[in-house]
Amino acid sequence: MWRFLGDVAAWFTTSAHWRGDAGIAHRLAEHMAMSGAATVTALAVALPVGLVLGHTGRYGLLAVNVSNVGRAVPSFAVLVLGAQLFGIGAKPAYVALVALAVPPIVTNSYTGVRQVDRDVVAAARGMGMGEARILLRVEMPVAVPLVMAGVRTAGVQVVATAGLAAIVAWGGLGRFIIDGLAQGDTVQLFSGALLVAAVSLSTEVGLGLVQRALTPAGLRAASTAQRRVPVAPGAAPAPGAS
Amino acid sequence: MPLPAPVLGANGPGSWIWWDWVTSHGDTVYAAGREHVILTWWAVVIGLALALPLGVAAWRWHRLAPLVLGVSGVIYTVPAIALFALLVPVTGLSRTTSEIGLVGYTLLILIRNVIAGLDAVPDDVRDAARGMGLTPARMLVRVELPLAVPAIVAGVRIATVTVIGLVTVTALIGQGGFGQLIYDGLLRDFRTPLVLGTVLSVALAATADLALVLLERVLTPWSRVRAAGR
Repeated sequence: MWRFLGDVAAWFTTSAHWRGDAGIAHRLAEHMAMSGAATVTALAVALPVGLVLGHTGRYGLLAVNVSNVGRAVPSFAVLVLGAQLFGIGAKPAYVALVALAVPPIVTNSYTGVRQVDRDVVAAARGMGMGEARILLRVEMPVAVPLVMAGVRTAGVQVVATAGLAAIVAWGGLGRFIIDGLAQGDTVQLFSGALLVAAVSLSTEVGLGLVQRALTPAGLRAASTAQRRVPVAPGAAPAPGAS
Repeated sequence: MPLPAPVLGANGPGSWIWWDWVTSHGDTVYAAGREHVILTWWAVVIGLALALPLGVAAWRWHRLAPLVLGVSGVIYTVPAIALFALLVPVTGLSRTTSEIGLVGYTLLILIRNVIAGLDAVPDDVRDAARGMGLTPARMLVRVELPLAVPAIVAGVRIATVTVIGLVTVTALIGQGGFGQLIYDGLLRDFRTPLVLGTVLSVALAATADLALVLLERVLTPWSRVRAAGR
């Protein structure tokens, strides 16, 4: 036991493991760049859809259930399907991660807009505000905490699933785990797992801080109730770590 | 890049589904499904057995709540592949490793719902139970927990669907249920088991979810009466 942990410490302190294209520094950069790109793409696709559906109140059942369905589809399968469609490497990883990040953002931005008091919207309309202005100036600020909760869920899931993307021959920190498994190298396997766990936990904490910072001060007290894990199947989504 | 053949119509080794392979591998598919169900069943049952006392404790002694929710929250956030990998040096490439990891993921979901369910018990009901002379322990078992059943079942539904998805990842450490078919599809660049494993895993999640909805109706006959009386 202690010997094993000593080996793990030695693995981390070997400078060769940090340098080069297969080193920790490069794998970490890959991991975060891919996760960031996938989350931003998903946000660009999902946020307008969720906001507009929320504003019009249409397709609510679809918007709410898309993330329940998303939870049932294994991210493992999405990655492998991606590899069948786009070949191996970065492309299937990117597409799969975007696909996994879209549902929670759609559902949360839809729910966020729907929960805005309809009287407030009617008052804004009475003041002569156009629909676009109502969405941008009235509904969106109130929806921010829930939208950010969705982004947080999606971001954490993306970072987690990126750790699995090594199975489709992409890099990232999951490389150490998959290579460790393939080579029966438990020290590398364990060290890689520590790295993947650390980036996921940091992402969760980091996006939590962003969520707080972006929440309008007046809504901050209420937003502490917006947790990442739903208490009802129809509520805001949180597909498990991949 | 090979162009995807239509799902229906074409039927051969290169198509998305090759029915001849499916019919000749019934045993493989059955064994995978059996393993998927067993892994899920024990993960949820053990998870619930741990989450009920932990949730009740965190609800009764508020100072425990941050600790219980914090630890289960950290486990929940660790990616499945990493959690299984962290356990491999201790429990090897075994079913135990898979089961410990899967149970770990159910805890946050279940504990939060136990607490939410107990919180939602109306104070009037509690006062009435106290007035009838129920001790705190009897009140918990006879009044509070039964009223928390809908919230707990909601948690079990989320946990079950989540676990069914995560079981597929355990294919990497030698289990996997339908995940084995998916992994096989990846390793052999063969679409039929990949599609079959994915579809069956989603179907299993949907079936389990539906079954739990029905179970909740059986467990809480009073909520049906109330709904009908409205």
